[in-house]
Amino acid sequence: MDTATKFAQMFFALGVFAVVFVGTLLLASLFKGRRGEKIQAGAFVLPSLILLLGLLIPGLMTIWRSFQSDSNGAFGFSNYADIFTRSENLLVLRNTAIWVILVPVLATAIGLLYAILIDRSPVEALAKALVFLPMAISMVGAGIIWKFVYEYRTAGRTQIGLFNAILDALGKDPKNFMLDAPSNTFFLILVMVWIQAGFAMTVLSAAIKAIPDDIIEAAKLDGVEGLKMFRFITLPSIRSALIVVLTTIGIGTLKVFDIVRTMTGGNFQTSVIANEFYDAIFRYNRDGLGAAFAVLLFVLVIPIVVYNIVQMRKDA
Amino acid sequence: MSTSSPTPEPEVRAANPVGGTAVVVDTPGAGAAKPAKEPRKQKTAAGNAARAVSSPWASVLAIVIAGLWTLPTFGLFVTSFRSQLDINRTGWWTSLTNPGGYNVENYTEALTGGDVALGQYFINSTVITIPAVLLPLLLASLAAYAFAWMDFPLKNALFVGVFALQIIPLQVALLPLLQFYTNGLGLKSSYWTVWISHTIFALPLAIFLIHNFMKEIPGELIEAARVDGAGHVRIFFRIMLPVMTPALASFGIFQFLWVWNDLLVSLVFLGGTPDVAPLTVRVAELSGTRGNAWHILSAGAFISMIVPVAVFLGLQRYFVRGLLAGGLKG
Repeated sequence: MDTATKFAQMFFALGVFAVVFVGTLLLASLFKGRRGEKIQAGAFVLPSLILLLGLLIPGLMTIWRSFQSDSNGAFGFSNYADIFTRSENLLVLRNTAIWVILVPVLATAIGLLYAILIDRSPVEALAKALVFLPMAISMVGAGIIWKFVYEYRTAGRTQIGLFNAILDALGKDPKNFMLDAPSNTFFLILVMVWIQAGFAMTVLSAAIKAIPDDIIEAAKLDGVEGLKMFRFITLPSIRSALIVVLTTIGIGTLKVFDIVRTMTGGNFQTSVIANEFYDAIFRYNRDGLGAAFAVLLFVLVIPIVVYNIVQMRKDA
Repeated sequence: MSTSSPTPEPEVRAANPVGGTAVVVDTPGAGAAKPAKEPRKQKTAAGNAARAVSSPWASVLAIVIAGLWTLPTFGLFVTSFRSQLDINRTGWWTSLTNPGGYNVENYTEALTGGDVALGQYFINSTVITIPAVLLPLLLASLAAYAFAWMDFPLKNALFVGVFALQIIPLQVALLPLLQFYTNGLGLKSSYWTVWISHTIFALPLAIFLIHNFMKEIPGELIEAARVDGAGHVRIFFRIMLPVMTPALASFGIFQFLWVWNDLLVSLVFLGGTPDVAPLTVRVAELSGTRGNAWHILSAGAFISMIVPVAVFLGLQRYFVRGLLAGGLKG
């Protein structure tokens, strides 16, 4: 396909879409009265609801599929047994657990610290943009940026990766950051922290600025200062924002795929659930196992969301 | 923000544009929807905490963090303008003290070079992204309007259902959808697969957020229009869309970044097919197959980043606003 054909396809699709919608809406608007209102409501919501069946039905199919054995189609728990007993898969679960614990905590801690440090600084906007920028780029791009930082050459050669050049300058042996397990997982995690800290910073900074001035003034009159102010006024005031940040990053981290894919391809003991899901289906042709990994992701997301809602109720 | 339209100020929600499911919790940061609009005269709690760390050290620490967050990108950026020979012979930092020899050869090769040819992938990314942003925006606005201002059977149950769909990770739907496109519709490696899929995955959160915005619009506005004899279709296009523009823009930017930066959905539905695959798929592939060709990888990475970074820098206000008011699905 050449460029013109591609754009022609795009404009054709947009045109079809526009015509169908304007047509349906105009048609629906011809009906009056109570019945007309119902028909119009249908024209408004049904397209979305029908498309959402494309999420619901495949979801149910995947749950069903996850209970079918890949070897003989028998119904049972063989795929889940595979996940929870085979050593490679246990490693995947361990890695995912490390990711989900470390990334939210580190990203939130750094984001909060940075938000406090630059609060009301004359260059606050610029300082924020610098840390926030990694959020705008793809995880693929971020993966390549960091792979270059971790670039490894054998000892004796000139190191062109920043980290190994520093090791070199310190007189240490170069380290193959992406290959050496288990520490390589931590170096991948660093990339996600780098991406997510900007998110934490933005939300927490906003929450901090929203603390009413009179609370702070009152605390000051009571002689509360510095770190005590942080511990007893700031932290409690931004508590629910903190929970939102931690859980949101946690959910995003649970599904992390691009970073692992780009930087190690899941090799060298760095794989995580989302990557294993992809490999099971597209590399090993094990749809059932892939489905089981997808369902596992789903199941793991639920408690985080529930925790979130419970917290919200408490605060309300 | 400082929009003249009666845009509702939503409860603040946080969501994560990098693949996080939206987490719907009110934060106390409602005022934050106007970040640093006018500097406070009073001292903030954070300012106090920062002073406790004593100013010079706080500044040093802030600069260290900002440096750590900027240096990796800066390094690859410098590298993308160096020759292949220089890249492999010396670290990028040496070229700062001894500048010269910067050129755009790497970009030319990455964009047009026979086996890399990112130019056409750039087109693919564009063709994928535009409908994948516009479709969910319009569909979700329509549905949101109906949920907010129309009356129909099962309305509340359906709305709760749409809300609940937000927690489904898209991984769960990928394989059956792929099989449906291939076997059911005969669409293999077609743009349609990603347009439809991105729309589906965007809808639950989009409907929910836009609904919340619409609900804040004064009912009298709509009542008045009804009394004047305007139908819902007319109210939607004449009143709702114009009033909702800032909110739609915020969501549109997030959807744009999400789709442009997506790897998984495109990888599953389009594979590596050069005719349709987007930049992310190709660049990720290059990272695996040509992992040492840093002159190509560095230029390629920045070619894939230029659009989102431009969008981010140009529309940062909306971006932050959207982040605090809503966000994206996973």
